[in-house]
Amino acid sequence: MNTELTIRICGEAGQGMQTVGETLCSLYQQAGLNIFANQDYMSRVRGGNNFFQLRIAGEPLYTPRAKADILVALDAASIGLHAPALNEGGIIILDKKKTGITQENKSFCDVPLSDIAIKTGGKEIFLNAVACGAVSALSAMEFESLAKVLRKVFSGKPEEIINKNLDAAKAGYDFINSSPRKNTFSLKKGSHAGAMVMNGNQAIALGAIRAGCKFYTAYPMTPSTSIMDTIAHYAEQFHIIVEQAEDEVAAINMALGASFAGVRAMTGTSGGGFALMVEGVSLAGMTETPVVVALSQRPGPATGFPTRTEQADLNFLLHAGHGEFARAVFSPGTAEEAFYLTVKAFNLAERYQIPVFIMTDQHLADSSRDIDAFDTGNARVKRFIISKEESKKISGYKRYALTDSGVSPRALPSWIEDVIYVDSDEHTEEGHITEDADVRVSMVEKRLYKKYAGLKTEIEKPVSHNTEGAKAILIGFGSTYGAIKETAEKLGTDCIHLPQIWPFPTEELTALLAKAKKTISVENNAGAQLAGLIRRETGIKTDASILKFDGRPFDADYLIDRVRKEL
Amino acid sequence: MANPQDFNSTDPIAWCPGCGDFGILNAVKKALAAWGKAPKDIVLVSGIGQAAKLPHYIKGNCFNGLHGRALPAASAIKIANRNLTVLVTTGDGDCYGEGGNHFLHNIRRNTDITVIVHNNQIYGLTKGQASPTTDPGHATKIQSKGVILNAFQPLEAAIALGAGFVARGFSADSSHLAGLITEGMKHKGFSLIDVLQPCVTFNKVNTYDWYTKRIYKLDEKYDPVNKTAALEKAAEWPDKIPIGIIYRSETKDYGEKSGLDSMEPLVEQPIDDIDINPILKDFS
Repeated sequence: MNTELTIRICGEAGQGMQTVGETLCSLYQQAGLNIFANQDYMSRVRGGNNFFQLRIAGEPLYTPRAKADILVALDAASIGLHAPALNEGGIIILDKKKTGITQENKSFCDVPLSDIAIKTGGKEIFLNAVACGAVSALSAMEFESLAKVLRKVFSGKPEEIINKNLDAAKAGYDFINSSPRKNTFSLKKGSHAGAMVMNGNQAIALGAIRAGCKFYTAYPMTPSTSIMDTIAHYAEQFHIIVEQAEDEVAAINMALGASFAGVRAMTGTSGGGFALMVEGVSLAGMTETPVVVALSQRPGPATGFPTRTEQADLNFLLHAGHGEFARAVFSPGTAEEAFYLTVKAFNLAERYQIPVFIMTDQHLADSSRDIDAFDTGNARVKRFIISKEESKKISGYKRYALTDSGVSPRALPSWIEDVIYVDSDEHTEEGHITEDADVRVSMVEKRLYKKYAGLKTEIEKPVSHNTEGAKAILIGFGSTYGAIKETAEKLGTDCIHLPQIWPFPTEELTALLAKAKKTISVENNAGAQLAGLIRRETGIKTDASILKFDGRPFDADYLIDRVRKEL
Repeated sequence: MANPQDFNSTDPIAWCPGCGDFGILNAVKKALAAWGKAPKDIVLVSGIGQAAKLPHYIKGNCFNGLHGRALPAASAIKIANRNLTVLVTTGDGDCYGEGGNHFLHNIRRNTDITVIVHNNQIYGLTKGQASPTTDPGHATKIQSKGVILNAFQPLEAAIALGAGFVARGFSADSSHLAGLITEGMKHKGFSLIDVLQPCVTFNKVNTYDWYTKRIYKLDEKYDPVNKTAALEKAAEWPDKIPIGIIYRSETKDYGEKSGLDSMEPLVEQPIDDIDINPILKDFS
């Protein structure tokens, strides 16, 4: 009995690793096991080498492992590339005939994937189903469970195609079952698997739908695009307009236009596209127009690694936009946080009439876990506009009326009898252009000091595991959550995850770090940007930073190794 | 019919005396009066430049955003609330230069907005540099030996891109211009009204006199539905310059094609408790 299992499916882009991976995700999750799946792919549509990795266990998983127990190599190159990532006792499923491999190795498990596919389905395309069958048999799963999942995966396809996939899968399954490799990796069942399998971007999309986003606009950019894909998939059902913009400049300006007209609006992008949006971020600050922006990071500078992961845009995002104005930045570490914080982002943006950011990265965007169904009772829309009913009573309206909170009651055009003036120039309370020095001071104080005073009262608290007498505290934000959590558990250290990075949780973090023996920031960047931010905001200098900037995410093994060296 | 004065704003005007923008302002007010909607149901959207100040001088909702970015904001305002009448007041630099990409794609997008371009063939707010529509050879402080770039041809470009309403007006003929704006507002889809407008301070070439000598009004003999003829008419420059409706054709606008027209305006959709539970099943 194994306590956990990691499967890596590798091959050229276009060979269907994702289909195999997602099918297996469903299989194990339906069987009551916990999963964590991540993807490593190149910026190309065909060729190269990509992999889909799936970790399975009987307890909740938040991060990948460095090595795999089962490698499914769909091409010859994958064997050389991924054999070093095979655990002791691991198995490589390969098709020697198809890939032209002649050498022997005790880890090789030769399955004639292509021949079986052609024999059962008539086409090589069915070899992905053969591979699913083989992996199922290796891990002692019931075939009927796989058949059920395959029927769902291929639902909507003609009956003939479904049957061919089932036949191919069964043949792969039987091939292993009649070999000594049968049941090599039987898994210990867990107590609770989540009802859903979801990645970070899907969770953001569902959060946006729940929050009442009616207008999503973006220019496609990896790794943010699947937010738009997901919302577009449900757009008709929920009366949402998804508009593909001509560029990111248009995207943020469209989002602001829609928001001005009273609709909850959102855009999403990655670093390069966000660079184009920056003037629009400043416009949101100046015109006090709510907007939610998902910044799904990938490594830069410039085009960087288009399909890989990094957390190097923290400083960029915190400072994006000329001039001074309030903003909030969430940095979810899980799909659950991504969902709830997206709903909160919309509420906060509307309450304070500011841009609110959901900062993620490719690792969170593309990694799936089994999670519990969302509790929508904890994800409620809170509105901060003058309702249509109240609008009838308004007269002498001033869009930028000065108030103690810095927030002016926001009316919508056509709902009130008065007209509304909004301007990117410095403006009076009425919204008209001014050069008056006193008005300027009042407006800056409104947009910066007063709004921050309010925002600071509702900062998302740091997530701390608060281990008594821990040797060290690992501190991270965003997608490193899983790696720091598991490392802390294995090494008996503490960890603190920051789901909100701005306004910075200064008081909470200062208190949490008060008795720390050693503090280590864990970041997917080269500049220790989080450590710098902590020092700036709390005066605390972290003792060390573990930095990874190779475009790949942290995994539990890697981080455990790095932290050991620091202790 | 309402009165143009109903759209007067109290904001003091910051244009140079004699600026062609005054004629455009009057024409917009006349057109709004003829349109018959209350100021609260009108939105004027602008970017940066002298033209961009116009919404402040009108009693109507105003979104004065970024340089070159009026069109995306305007399209989205119309998408968010199709009951609003959306006009854009922009300039040759704002719309054809800084916002050129949005000009291309918002014609393609074809939201029901009316775009009035104050085309003075020069940069006014930045004090006299060439604009995309400055004629070649025109010398400025920067282009001291005369502009060497070809002039952008907004009307031809718009017709080629499939705009369903393309017109040219002259700021000194405010009644004629008001008529064009009214027709543009009636057209369901993107309407372009390029307005020749003398810059009395920085354009010493294209003066009132220069335009008056060349401009003529298209009469009923001209048929604006013929695209080939329209392209030819749009290209007439500079010896004779036609004003009037250069091209018009019925189009299906964004609201119709996106399905927006057959649902409650987005802004009116209830969002208090959207039930996502049915779609959570797609992830199980």
